[in-house]
Amino acid sequence: MTWPDYLVLFGAILGIAVYGIWRSRKNRDLGSYLKGAGDANWLVIGLSVMATQASAITFLSTPGQGYEGGLGFVQNYFGAPFALILIAAVFLPIYRRLKVYTAYEYLGNRFDAKTRLLGAGLFLLNRGLGAGITIYAPAIVLSTVMGWRLDLTIIGSGLVVIAYTVSGGTDAVTHTQKYQLAVVFAGMAAAFAVLISMLPANVSTRDVFTVAGGFHKLQAVDFSVSFGKRYTFWSGMIGGLFLALSYFGTDQSQVQRYISGASLRESRMGLMFNAICKIPMQFFILLLGCYLFVFYQFYRPPVLFNQTAWHQGLATPSGPRLAESERRLGAAHDEKLVAIRRWLDASHRGDTSAAEASRLQAVAANARETQARKDASKTLKDAGVKSSNDTDYVFIRFIVEELPHGLIGLLMAAFFAAALSSKAAELNALGSATTIDVYRHLVKREDAHYYKASRLFTVFWGLLAIGFALFANLSENLIQATNILGSVFYGVILGIFLGAFFFKKIEGTAIFIGAVVAQLVVFACYFRIGERVTYLWYNVIGCALCLVIAASLQAIFDRRKELAA
Amino acid sequence: MSTPGPDLETEAESTGLPAFPTWRAVYVFVVAFFAVIVTLMILLERSFA
Repeated sequence: MTWPDYLVLFGAILGIAVYGIWRSRKNRDLGSYLKGAGDANWLVIGLSVMATQASAITFLSTPGQGYEGGLGFVQNYFGAPFALILIAAVFLPIYRRLKVYTAYEYLGNRFDAKTRLLGAGLFLLNRGLGAGITIYAPAIVLSTVMGWRLDLTIIGSGLVVIAYTVSGGTDAVTHTQKYQLAVVFAGMAAAFAVLISMLPANVSTRDVFTVAGGFHKLQAVDFSVSFGKRYTFWSGMIGGLFLALSYFGTDQSQVQRYISGASLRESRMGLMFNAICKIPMQFFILLLGCYLFVFYQFYRPPVLFNQTAWHQGLATPSGPRLAESERRLGAAHDEKLVAIRRWLDASHRGDTSAAEASRLQAVAANARETQARKDASKTLKDAGVKSSNDTDYVFIRFIVEELPHGLIGLLMAAFFAAALSSKAAELNALGSATTIDVYRHLVKREDAHYYKASRLFTVFWGLLAIGFALFANLSENLIQATNILGSVFYGVILGIFLGAFFFKKIEGTAIFIGAVVAQLVVFACYFRIGERVTYLWYNVIGCALCLVIAASLQAIFDRRKELAA
Repeated sequence: MSTPGPDLETEAESTGLPAFPTWRAVYVFVVAFFAVIVTLMILLERSFA
């Protein structure tokens, strides 16, 4: 990076942060710190909800997901529009009518204190662990680009996020997110435009889609019925519905965004904005990944996109084996490029049989290239070089090596804007839930005390997130790791809330026991059978188990009461 | 403890959108938009399979 990059990066990030602090300078009481001034319109709400979900991981890791797996990941979001409709129609009016600070206050109102503590506790555990991943992602960006140590990068970026969040509060978080998203979209659009312009002159848009389609990258919708497949239409519609319903409807980091709307209408419109925009947004980010895949068919990619780990590996005794992998990859890539050229020529001539023969040659060469890459990763691992999933480095490697100066800074600013916006919302929510649902429940003091406590808890969660991030060594692609972690907890939390909203006969003790047992079963399932049942289904399992156990227990309790009477 | 249910009165509240006078109309539009998006993605895939 050169000085224009630094100028864009620090100008955008610090400018928005200072605006957030200035915007919220008058909010110095508990109510405005946790819920904002209550004047947010639908666009602010909509962008805030979007920015909270779309973290740096979304923009950093999803293109890599598109590069490797194609568009199929978009199915993960198929349940979101339906979930958002349900939340706008049912959840939101209740939250607003009760004027709650947190979603878990409602559980205390509907059930009892222990269920409220359980709901808040599951949220804190889930989000506390997830917060580590959100800090880890931008740290990868910085350490790769700057060549800094990952641990120091995690600590540095984490402290910046904490300072911004603690000084801001909900109002600052909500109002800065629109500018942060503007930076994010400007950066992503610029990267997409440069990527398209850098493809060989004789490769048309149709050729890009032909190559991507020929390698099965455009398969966005898969109607097959399989519990083991990660992304299908059904897992997205059913598992994704439960995941989105739980995330948007019961996760305080989201609830805190839309309950701060100026009116019910503004909050609802903000949610509908997301119901419409979420899938197209994810589609275009994945499509960017597909374009990256096609780009690297015409230009030889590195064996590993994580060049820091690659160079560390070359310096070990395993260096010659890595060099051999690089030679194999180069040979396979050259062969593939010839086959792709023939394939496109035949395709232009309308010679479908020749095109198919060349495509199959290209696919076979691609399999050899992939194998060379896998062998290199294994060699690196055996040599003791630490490296997370290489697909997370695909997009950032392209940015650093191919984008002009100034734009690199804009993309760095985009990643940091995304990281700050979601991180701030997460820490804000963690601080709020700890203060309102746990601390205020245990310690009876005046609101000024809770205002200070909320800021201190925000610092605490920020430091804990840094701790988790320091020990993160994820084998999963980052965006998938976030969703897997959420799916393990979200189903049960949703079960508690659905029990509260729709099953009037279920009482506190029954839902509490049902939730505890269901969560233990989900943990056991995850650790025992893992990905034989793809993670989206854990949302359904957790929710259904919680409700069935609670309803059964309630029936037993009612029967006993009747007999006793 | 009483159970706050869905507030049915809010369903009749104006959306402020001339083309979609009720919230039900807004929800139907969102579902229709989803169907169109999924159809377009299927068509894209089939065109370049």
